Amino acid sequence: MTIRSILVANRGEIAVRIIRAARALGIHTVQVHSAADADMLAVKLADAAVDIGSPAPKKSYLNIAAVVDAAKAAGVDAVHPGYGFLSENADFADAVEAAGMVFIGPKGDAIRLLGDKVAAREVAAKAGVPTVPGSAGRLSTIEEARAVAERTGFPIMIKAAAGGGGRGIRIAADLADLERHFPQASAEALAAFGDGGLYLEKVITRARHVEVQILGDGQDFIHCFERECSLQRRRQKVWEEAPSFLLPADVRARLCESAVALARAVGYRGAGTVEYLYDEATREFYFIEVNTRIQVEHPVTEMITGIDLVEEMIRIAGGAPLSIRQADVAAEGHAIECRINAEDPARGFMPAPGTITRLVVPEGEGIRFDTMLYEGYTIPPFYDSLVGKLVVWAETREACLARLKGALEGLAIEGIPTTIPLHLALAADDSVRRGAFDTRFLEHWLETEFAARAGATAEVA
Amino acid sequence: MSKIEIRSPLPGTFYRASSPDVPPFKADGDAVASGDAIGLIEVMKTFQEVPAGVEGRNITFLVDNEEPVMAGQVIAEVEA
Repeated sequence: MTIRSILVANRGEIAVRIIRAARALGIHTVQVHSAADADMLAVKLADAAVDIGSPAPKKSYLNIAAVVDAAKAAGVDAVHPGYGFLSENADFADAVEAAGMVFIGPKGDAIRLLGDKVAAREVAAKAGVPTVPGSAGRLSTIEEARAVAERTGFPIMIKAAAGGGGRGIRIAADLADLERHFPQASAEALAAFGDGGLYLEKVITRARHVEVQILGDGQDFIHCFERECSLQRRRQKVWEEAPSFLLPADVRARLCESAVALARAVGYRGAGTVEYLYDEATREFYFIEVNTRIQVEHPVTEMITGIDLVEEMIRIAGGAPLSIRQADVAAEGHAIECRINAEDPARGFMPAPGTITRLVVPEGEGIRFDTMLYEGYTIPPFYDSLVGKLVVWAETREACLARLKGALEGLAIEGIPTTIPLHLALAADDSVRRGAFDTRFLEHWLETEFAARAGATAEVA
Repeated sequence: MSKIEIRSPLPGTFYRASSPDVPPFKADGDAVASGDAIGLIEVMKTFQEVPAGVEGRNITFLVDNEEPVMAGQVIAEVEA
């Protein structure tokens, strides 16, 4: 069926992004919102808006019945879940389809399969995708865990089968640690995810986080190259790039092909991301997980390939075949995304909701700012601190960094502290310029380089 | 007998306990010392403890668990 109307089951910048994509396709949009979000930008931009409940996410954006009822009442053809919230909830996908509407994403069964981290590891291994050394499946006893750890060595991660996004992970440095953490991790996983299942993965000490964007229509499966997302704080990405510019061409080819093989193995439909750790020293990459949704950092891929991923996922959901073939996907130039959060980098990244008193957005070739901000908008305290994504493209990475610096200097968000100063410091940093970083780089850098810089600024002031 | 107000330092969601499966920091009627935590405020997915900031007896909560609060809103009262 051709999708003529969409309910946007999300908020913030991604809701705005989805509305813009829908509008470009001539699709009518209905925006849900909590009582705290009545004046958010997506509500103003959408053709219609529905209040679905009180501010707490579980009473509004995570409330499956409320969202599905809103969609039915609005009479929409389809529901776009965005990222976070219900985007990877298989029961939600099933409920939308059971109510006679299209869920813009894979089928519930595919979400369920790939969302179970143990099952996803098995699927990956079967498709020939290298996985991190660890347990072959779920572990139920400490004896099994001990046997795995003796084979892989330490340190080792104890992960919740139902976890993800960096949640539900403990690290054991040695056997005593493993014996102490294992039962606690199981109890925690049961409490947090309703599933106490655990698995083990060896810690890859020096690794980059690279990920491959995939698209599938159930018949054909393609990749849109990779992203480099190693700069993370507390396992949350802070700065993302495309391509991963130091990746050798032969490794890139194998990496992207492995993601397509995985997509093919499950008959993937929609946009997705296959995440990996990459060990530069050994040139080995290891599968971590599949995200069955649009990702925060999708714009860097759009900037180098020219593909509109959100429009494409809507078309696929409507039953259309992929509008592009693999041979048509070409990467050109370099793109960097800076996540601008309402947090104060000078005060330990303390979140800081508040009212925007002035907003100046830089414009120019290769500059894009995805945001839900406007002057006079009050950011509520109940949700994520992401307020915008500054995305910059140029012919080369060197030129991209220079353009990024100018764009960051031209971006003014007043009324709240933001992470713009962090990104200015990163854009000027020599290690970042050389690409000499891994997933552990940023936290150490924040404690040393950035703290020293902040201290020096404070003394001058 | 005078009442002393305890206000939320931040806007966010108020929690009486550090997690759903443990007892609240303070039960109604408890005495509090200045350094005692009386709850948590969740602001943008991070949790900050709310210190009583005052000493007193017989605490009464004016905000329910998991309810939204504004910065400066009175969360509880104690008797001096």
